[in-house]
Amino acid sequence: MKKEIILKVENISKQYRLGTLGTGTISHDLNRWWAQIRGKEDPYLKVGETNDRSKKGESEYVWALKDINFEVERGEVLGIIGKNGAGKSTLLKILSKVTGPSTGSIKSRGRIASLLEVGTGFHPEMTGRENIFLNGAILGMTKKEINAKIDEIIEFSGCERYIDTPTKRYSSGMTVRLAFAVAAFLEPDILVVDEVLAVGDAEFQKKAIGKMQDISNTDGRTVLFVSHNMSAVKSLCTRGVVLNSGKVVFTGNVGKAIEYYLKNNKVPQFYVAERSSKTNKFNKIYLTDEMSNNIDTPIQRKQKVFLNFEVNANDISGLRFGTTLFSNMNEPIISFPFSEKENFNELILNYHLKIQLPTSILKGGDYFVEAALWKVGQIYDQSDEYISFNVIGDSTQELSGEGIKGVVINNEEWIVKDI
Amino acid sequence: MDKNKEWLFEITPKNNLFDLNIKEVWRYRDLLFLFVKRDVVTLYKQTILGPLWYLIQPLFTSIVFTLVFNKIANISTGGIPPFLFNLAGVTSWNYFRDCLTGTSDTFKQNQSIFGKVYFPRIIMPMSVVVSNLLKFGIQFGIFICFYIYFVISGSIIKPNIYLITYPIVLVCMAMLGLGLGMIISSMVTKYRDLSFLVSFGVQLLMYVSLVSLPYSLFEKNNLTWAVDYNPVAHIIEYSRFVMLGEGTVSQFGIIYTLLFSVFVFLFGILVFNKTEKSFIDTI
Repeated sequence: MKKEIILKVENISKQYRLGTLGTGTISHDLNRWWAQIRGKEDPYLKVGETNDRSKKGESEYVWALKDINFEVERGEVLGIIGKNGAGKSTLLKILSKVTGPSTGSIKSRGRIASLLEVGTGFHPEMTGRENIFLNGAILGMTKKEINAKIDEIIEFSGCERYIDTPTKRYSSGMTVRLAFAVAAFLEPDILVVDEVLAVGDAEFQKKAIGKMQDISNTDGRTVLFVSHNMSAVKSLCTRGVVLNSGKVVFTGNVGKAIEYYLKNNKVPQFYVAERSSKTNKFNKIYLTDEMSNNIDTPIQRKQKVFLNFEVNANDISGLRFGTTLFSNMNEPIISFPFSEKENFNELILNYHLKIQLPTSILKGGDYFVEAALWKVGQIYDQSDEYISFNVIGDSTQELSGEGIKGVVINNEEWIVKDI
Repeated sequence: MDKNKEWLFEITPKNNLFDLNIKEVWRYRDLLFLFVKRDVVTLYKQTILGPLWYLIQPLFTSIVFTLVFNKIANISTGGIPPFLFNLAGVTSWNYFRDCLTGTSDTFKQNQSIFGKVYFPRIIMPMSVVVSNLLKFGIQFGIFICFYIYFVISGSIIKPNIYLITYPIVLVCMAMLGLGLGMIISSMVTKYRDLSFLVSFGVQLLMYVSLVSLPYSLFEKNNLTWAVDYNPVAHIIEYSRFVMLGEGTVSQFGIIYTLLFSVFVFLFGILVFNKTEKSFIDTI
C-alpha cells in the first residue's frame, strides 16, 4: 500500500546577503524595487554562490540552500544530518515558517509545530505554571488543550515542588525540564525538532528521546529531527537526508545516510589555523609520537601517541582550555581538563600543550578532537571538527568482532590462576 | 489518490498583500491574552509603588502642564479647571503614545521569540494595544475621580450626549497607534534610523496634538495649519469636547481622522505582513 505523503519540499532555495547592512543596502533595495516595477525578476537572485564558509567567495550573496527536494510520509521519522553550515538550521527555519524561502515551495497536509529551542518566551518573573501556559500557547496550543494536560506536563517535568515559584529561581536544568515537558505534550501532525536534546542531564535526555520515540511509534506522528548526534539519529529515525553546502546529497535509509555522511566528512589529521585576529587562538593541532615526530593515522591500539596544541594567547586573564575526544557517532568519549596547577600563567605568547592519548582504552574506529579556548562568558576559539584519527583495534577486539560493549575498552589484564 | 487530496497549506516565497489570516489569528487568541497577562503581571515586579505608577505619571504630567501652561503662560482653558483640562488630554494622549511606542519595536524586541517559533506575528502588537487598554482604564478611572471632585466643588462641566461615541475614539487611537507602530517596526528591521525618530518625534508630536493647548489658542494665532492635518489633535480635541463640553469640533476633522486612521491601520497591516515573512534575515 502506498503511504500518504504528508510533506513535500519542492525546489526550496534560500539566499543570504553577507556582510553588514548599511548605506549600501539601500541601493540594492532600490534596484530590486525597480526590477519589480518593470515586472522583472529580482536581479540578485541570479547571482550567489554555494555556501562554503571556509572558502573566500566573490559574491556578496550566498545560497544557504539550493534546490532542496524531498518528501516525507505520514508517520515517518526523518533525520536531517550534515556538518555545521550545511543548511540544516536554515531548512528548519523555513519549515517552521520563521523565515520564508527565496524560491520554491513546501506543501503540507498537517499542522507543523517546531521546536527549534525549548522554553521560547519563558519569562523569568512568572511562575512555572504561568510559563507553561504562555510557552504552550506560543507553540500553538490553546488554553483548553493546556488545561487538559497541565497535570501530566507538571508530572513529566518533575518540578511539582517549584511549580508556583517564578522560573528565575529555577536552576537551568529545571527550566529546561519544564520547557521540554511543555513541548512533549504538543500534538501537531508534524513535529520539527532541532538539537534541543543536547541539553539537560543524561537521565533527562533518555526521557526526552523516549518521548520522541513514543510520539512517532504509538501516536503515528511525523517527526523531522536534526542532530549532530549520530547515535540519537540512528536510534530515532527511519530515513535520513544528508545536506552538504546547502544541497541534498543523499536520501535514504538512515543507516546508509549516516554511513554516507561519515565517509564524506573526514576531517584532516593536522590542523593549521588560518590567519585570524582572535585574541586567543589555536595555531596548530597535531599528533606526534614519543620522539615528537608527526605521525599519520591509523594508529595502533596501545601505541604511544601525543596530542599537541600550539596556542597563541594574548590575554591570559581567566583563560581556560579544554579538549574532548569524540567518537564518530558524536558521543564524547574522554575529556582532558586542565587541573588546578595547570594554567596559562606565564607572560609568554605562545604555548605548546601536549598530552598523551590513552590509546590503550580506545576501541578501533574513528575519533575526532574538539577543543576550545574560553573564559567565563566568552569563547575565544572553538571548533568541533579540528582533527580526526583512526585507531586500529588489536586482536582482542577482532576476536570478539563488533560485539564489544561500552565506549572504551579495558586496559588491565585478567589474572587467570588454577585453584 | 495523493494528487486529489488538498494540501492543508503551502509555504512559498511571496505573500498575498492582504494575507491577514483572521482565522489563524482567532486560533491564537489565547496567546494574545497570555501576552497581555504577561505584560501586566511582570511590568511592575520588584517596584515599591507597583501599579501606582500608572497613576503617578499622568497626574504629575498634568500638574506640571497646569503650572507651566496655565499658571505661568496664562493660557485660558475656558470654563474648565486647567488641571482637569490637562488630565483629559494626557489620559487620551497616553493611550495613543503607548500604543505607538509599544508596537514600534515589535520585531526588534521579540526577535528571539520570532526567530524560533511561528505564530501570527500580529498577535504581538495587538497584545500591546490590549494591555495598554487596561492601563488606560485605570488612568481613566482616576480621571473620573477628579471629574466628580470638580463637579462637587462647583465647576461648570457639561459632558454631552456624544460621550457615547468615546469607544470609537479609542478604536481610532488604537488603529492609529497600531498602524503607525507596525509601519515603523517593519522599517526598523532594516533601517534602524527610524527608532531614533520615534523617540523624539513623539515628544514633538505632543505639542501639536492639543494635549495641553486648546484649539482656540491656535485659532487666535492663525496657526491652525499646524494642527488641522494632525489626526491625533482632532482625536484629543474631540475627546475633551465629549467629556468636558469644551472644544472645537469640525465635520472635516471627524471624517478626516476616521479615514486617516483606517488607512494607516490597513497600510500598517500590509507593510507588517510583507515584513514578517523574512525580517529575521535582515534584523
